[in-house]
Formats: sequence, structure tokens, C-alpha cells
Amino acid sequence: MAKIEMTVNGKKVSHEVEDRTLLANFLRDQLGLTGTHIGCDTSQCGCCTVHVDGLAVKSCSMVVGQANGAEVLTIEGLANGETLHPVQQAFSECHALQCGFCTPGMIMAVSGLLKDNPAPNDEEIIQGLEGNLCRCTGYINIIKAVKHAAVAMK
Amino acid sequence: MYSFTYTRAKSLAEARAMLAKDHDAKLLSGGMTLIPTLKQRLASPSQLIDISRLAELRGIADKGDCVEIGAATRHVETSRSDVVRQKIPALAHLASQIGDPQVRNRGTMGGSVANNDPVADYPAAVLGLGAIVKTSQREIAADNFFKGMFETALEAGEIVTGFSYPVPKRAAYAKFPHPVSGYAMAGSFVADTGAGIRVAIVGAGPGVFRWKEAEAALSKSFSVAALKGLAMPSAGLSNDLHATAEYRANLVEVMTRRAVASLTGEK
Repeated sequence: MAKIEMTVNGKKVSHEVEDRTLLANFLRDQLGLTGTHIGCDTSQCGCCTVHVDGLAVKSCSMVVGQANGAEVLTIEGLANGETLHPVQQAFSECHALQCGFCTPGMIMAVSGLLKDNPAPNDEEIIQGLEGNLCRCTGYINIIKAVKHAAVAMK
Repeated sequence: MYSFTYTRAKSLAEARAMLAKDHDAKLLSGGMTLIPTLKQRLASPSQLIDISRLAELRGIADKGDCVEIGAATRHVETSRSDVVRQKIPALAHLASQIGDPQVRNRGTMGGSVANNDPVADYPAAVLGLGAIVKTSQREIAADNFFKGMFETALEAGEIVTGFSYPVPKRAAYAKFPHPVSGYAMAGSFVADTGAGIRVAIVGAGPGVFRWKEAEAALSKSFSVAALKGLAMPSAGLSNDLHATAEYRANLVEVMTRRAVASLTGEK
């Protein structure tokens, strides 16, 4: 057991958990932040993507100790009150989701991508989302949403 | 996962002392291979010793005729480093092609090379450039470091601390990624170095290896034309559900030609 302290979505949190606890499980089970989804649990699908110290990572592939002391941002922390983050807004407007299971991870990955590359082309978007799987949309509207968000964030 | 304890080492010396005391302990760097392995219960270490934040293992330094990179340097840092992009663009390009963005944000060069997965990318650069692997107790030339599938010259308790890459005259890496995993089904790192032409192949065999026949051909004439008719023998290459040995042999030839073509401008 270890005491884990980190800042999640701007709030300091502290919990005593087993060392083998995954960051994804810590967020979901200890903090009740179930917007971070666990899809494949084998680091393929990207549904569990969150930001740790500003970088998009798969939270199912980190033990919580690795994020001890870190700043963590999850999908729940992205909107500003009732105002959606531009990436969330773009996904909604471009119909970039169907079942929605992959969406939190997609949005966290896209917001990471746009931080590095504020105006990506199609190929850069496809490469930037290589770590995220969507089984509904065929990605067309997701790519559209990324471009839409990029313009909105200019 | 089986139960284990997690400790963040405060120094390289502390990590070494912990490893020496507990032979069932494992070093943790980015964890992009180790954590999925633990989740599948394919390993059951007593403890994970996290060395990814040690200052001694971090940083990229331009040393003139070589570039030194710390073992805990993440793929994203290598791919974006001005020094690496300017001095060894092939290495920055290789780093930018590993896995996916989330993996590159965590995975480290030292972790990848110490693990020596036959389908990993970095071993191609380390062997292709004739780099030196620095460890907690010595320096090992790339030619003596890789010993086959997941095997290296590292001894128990020895920790990779960094790499010294000689700056080549020119170099390129071309890989055919598995369409699902992104791992190399065949990758070829071709380098025109001060010590001659080196061609290192990953993905195709049970471990990274040099394709000496291609090196000899390219030494005579550094061109795609020089590789014409040169066949990669399929004997000993990996044969699995992803591809036959013959298919991989063909990929090795194609990737090597592509790497050379990207340097010579041939088609």
C-alpha cells in the first residue's frame, strides 16, 4: 500500500492504494471519474487516454505510483463549467461519435495533438490518433472534428 | 497483475543497491512493455524500481562528432530534439515512428534497448550507427550488446544509463509496420558512417542483425542499383501468423532499398 497524492482536474487528491493499482482504476474506482474508459485493457484502444503533466498517456498502462505528484487532466476536467472545450464542441457539431465509448480518449488525444500541432493536415491527424480506436465512425467525422476544433482554437 | 511494490529510486546508486538486494526486482522506465506484460501475468517481479526520473539518465547532448542521449529520454523527446534532428535526422525520424503518440510520451530509449524486443525500432539505430551503450558499470559497443531475442550483454543488476551515437555522414530508417501493432515487421537502418556502411535489420529475425552482404554492396556503390539482385536469405527469419519468413525477407530487401533511395533520391 502507498499513499498517492496528485492533482486531478485542478483538485488535490490523496488516497491509500495498493502499489499495483493502475492509474485508470485509481481515477475510476477511487475518484469516481468514470469518464476515463477502459476498453481493451491492453494499451491498444486509447479509451483510457488522460494527460499526465501535460502529455497524453494511456492510463491503463501506468501504475498509479508513476503519476504520484503529477498533474492529471481527465475528460471531466476539460470543459469550463457549462462551456464545452472546443474539441468537445467540435465532436458534437461534426457528429464525430456514435456509441461514444472511445470519445473521452479520442478527445483527450486530440487535445494533446492540437497542443503540439495547432493546424494538422489529414495525415498528421491520422498519425496523431494512431493510438485510439473507434469502431463506429470510420474516423471520417473525427478527422473533420479535429480540423473544426483547430480552427475554433486559433 | 500479481502483487508488487513500487519505488521511485532517488539515485542510480540507490537503484543499483535495491537491485543487488532483491533479484526478483525489476527496473521500470516508461513501462510501455513492462506494464502490459505484468497485466498479462507473464512476469511477477517482487518490486518495480522506477528509474525514469533520474537526472543521471536524462538529457540529450551534442558532443560534436557524437550525440549523447540519456537512457530515460522519452521517444517524444528524441523525435523533437533539435540536436538529434540536426545531427542524426534518421534517429529523430525513427523515434517519431514508434508505437503511437501516447506510447512515445512514456516509452524510453533505454527501456526499449535493454528489452531488445526483436520487433522494436531503437536496436536498429543503435546497431546501425555503431553506437556505444553506457551502463552503470561499463561501455558496450553495439556490435557486442545485442545477443538475440530479448537477450543482451547486460548482466544482472547492470543498468543502461545512456547512449553515444557517432554522427554519420548520412543515414535513414525505413520500416514496414504491422498494421495493427505498429511494430516493425521489417525495418532497415542504413548508415554511411566514418567506419563504413552499416545496415541493421529489425523485425524480421529473432533479434536485430547486420545485413553484411548489403553493407558490402553499398560500400562499392551507395545506390539502390547496387542492391539489385541482392537477396536476403529467409532461413532463420521469423515465421508466424503475421508473415512467412519469405515475406519478411522480401520486406527487408524493400525497406533497405527505400532507406537508400531516401538518401540518394533514386526511385
